[in-house]
Amino acid sequence: MNVIEVLGQLMNTTLVFSTALIFAALGGLLSERSGVVNIGLEGLMTAGAFAAAVGADYAARGGMSGIASAWVGLVTAMIFATVFALLHAVATITFKANQVVVGTVINFLALGFSLYMVKNLYEGAGETATVELFSKFQIPFLSDIPLIGEGLFTAYPTTYLCLILVFVVWYVLFKTPFGLRLRAVGEHPGSADTVGISVKKYRYIGVLLSGVFAGLGGATITLTTTSTFSHNTISGQGFIALAAVIFGKWHPLGAAGAAIFFGFAQSLRNFAQLFEFSQQIPQEFFYMLPYVLTLLVLAAAVGRSRAPGALGEPYDPGKR
Amino acid sequence: MESPEKQYNSALRKGIKIFTADSAIIPIVAIILGLICGAIVMIAGGYNPLVAYGSLFGKLFESPYDMGETIRAITPLIFTGLSVAFAFRTGLFNIGAEGQFVMGMLGATLVGVKLDLPMIIHAPLAAIAGAVFGGIWAGIVGYLKAKRGVNEVISSIMLNWIGLYFANYVVGAALSEKGQQKSEMIHESASWSMTWLSEMMEHARMHAGTIVALLCVAVFYILLWKTKQGYELRAVGLNPDAAHYAGMNVGRTVVKSMFIAGAFAGLGGAFEVLGVFGYQVISAASPGYGFDGIAVSLLGGNSPIGILLAAILFGGLTYGSAGMSFEADVPTEIVRIVIGSIIFFIASHGIVRAVIKPFSFRKGKGADGRKEAPRT
Repeated sequence: MNVIEVLGQLMNTTLVFSTALIFAALGGLLSERSGVVNIGLEGLMTAGAFAAAVGADYAARGGMSGIASAWVGLVTAMIFATVFALLHAVATITFKANQVVVGTVINFLALGFSLYMVKNLYEGAGETATVELFSKFQIPFLSDIPLIGEGLFTAYPTTYLCLILVFVVWYVLFKTPFGLRLRAVGEHPGSADTVGISVKKYRYIGVLLSGVFAGLGGATITLTTTSTFSHNTISGQGFIALAAVIFGKWHPLGAAGAAIFFGFAQSLRNFAQLFEFSQQIPQEFFYMLPYVLTLLVLAAAVGRSRAPGALGEPYDPGKR
Repeated sequence: MESPEKQYNSALRKGIKIFTADSAIIPIVAIILGLICGAIVMIAGGYNPLVAYGSLFGKLFESPYDMGETIRAITPLIFTGLSVAFAFRTGLFNIGAEGQFVMGMLGATLVGVKLDLPMIIHAPLAAIAGAVFGGIWAGIVGYLKAKRGVNEVISSIMLNWIGLYFANYVVGAALSEKGQQKSEMIHESASWSMTWLSEMMEHARMHAGTIVALLCVAVFYILLWKTKQGYELRAVGLNPDAAHYAGMNVGRTVVKSMFIAGAFAGLGGAFEVLGVFGYQVISAASPGYGFDGIAVSLLGGNSPIGILLAAILFGGLTYGSAGMSFEADVPTEIVRIVIGSIIFFIASHGIVRAVIKPFSFRKGKGADGRKEAPRT
């Protein structure tokens, strides 16, 4: 294998791993911009990954072709994860529960419920049936360019979707009245309320959107990488996405960049076996790498990024 | 005058006295609602909840062996529950008890396998090694929080994974024979097993770590409420700014609190090795006691006795779920749904209030006996 091929593949797997992280990070960002901490991102991704596997499997059994069933899986994941996001929203916004605790509960419940359903639907098995993956899509002409042709322009449809959504989220957040209101509610809910913006409504939208996006992220992992759902399909990606939000300074482009960086760390693991020198390094260290990098990056970055003003605070109209 | 909800919320924000409601009504109602949620999910899945719950609780008292094993399952939850609660009291959310637990296992295994000492030194030393390993692992989180402002939730989750892989590496590289998926057995002299009691309980894995767990409940109380240090810890938890102006070193208190919290979790891990298994396995996923510890601490209202009771409940539920899946064929995960729902209802106590309101007879009083805020 020559250097160009290796680099091309490294880019490609980086994009595959980053896609899920970008989706989830966008979700976390929308929720946090509206003022609600979403520790439950991990659980929402778990719910998405589970629903994608089940949705795609049942669609395939119903006679759909591989690609169509994968899209069904994607939509199922969005819906199912949003249901859990709704739980989060009801508890934290309507009942003003502690957001971190509720997020943890969502992680707990989503994993427990998904595994319970897997055992229920697949006669006691620990994982779902294997579903067909999305197939990679080559952009005409561009994919013929050496290096970046293989690296960037031969990818799963979810990757293109997520890159488009990064710009959509950026546009909506910073160029539309809706985005301004969402940010206002997260920055200073009292003022937003005074000018007639419903804090509750916008926070509900923010949290529910985080369910949609994190669901897409979880589904991406099932439908482009693992092809099944089991207890460790989602292993910390939700929290890494959350770190990407912080590292990206609560900005869509920044968060996407951070997510790509973490995706790169994950993809390095796959390449460890290719080289003479890296085979000397114990495998566990490559497993650790994404988590260690996340920790180091946070330690280096946090002082310089500023969270939305009202992040983590339930809105109480009567408060002075 | 602030409304009760608002007082609750401000307390919640500071992460302190989180669920120390004035009465035990909310936890009890939450437990009932959680069991009902579990039953609904079971019915939806086509199982009979009555048979399931029957076999769950039946399993706990089926034989002396099961009773002993239930105690064995409760013990680590006491430790991790104390760990999470201790950090909560200082306004920190220790979601990393899982990693500290694993590091505690590693510390105990290292000392248990590598050293050969007389029992009177070896066994305590192995347990202390576990506590120190767990404490250091949590101390990193506290340090990053105090010095760099890193959110302790994310850093401790990352450390959970790092700890798991690190322990796997050390066990694989230094503590096991080639190709084995577990470490060598610890020396007999490091063991905390109570053989005579195990024999009485049909070879249930009884160990003295349970007694240490009960002692730790007392230590938890004395540390927090009877010492100057504990006063500082709680003051920082209640209001870091006020504590700072009163001349307390907030950063150092945060590190100290995390270290002690980690030491509790590490002890829990140590006794799993020293009392239960005698070795440490190379595992793809961590054992889960740390995460259950969060549930224990929340249900127990971060109070020593509450934690003990909550650990008994969740340990019982977890051990009994094996019987449930055997007899009623219900997946054991249902217990996670029940535990998750219970914490959900405690966290959103507003929902619980709404549920119990029709049952409260005293006019103008909330169900927890306090005056409800006037609604206009």
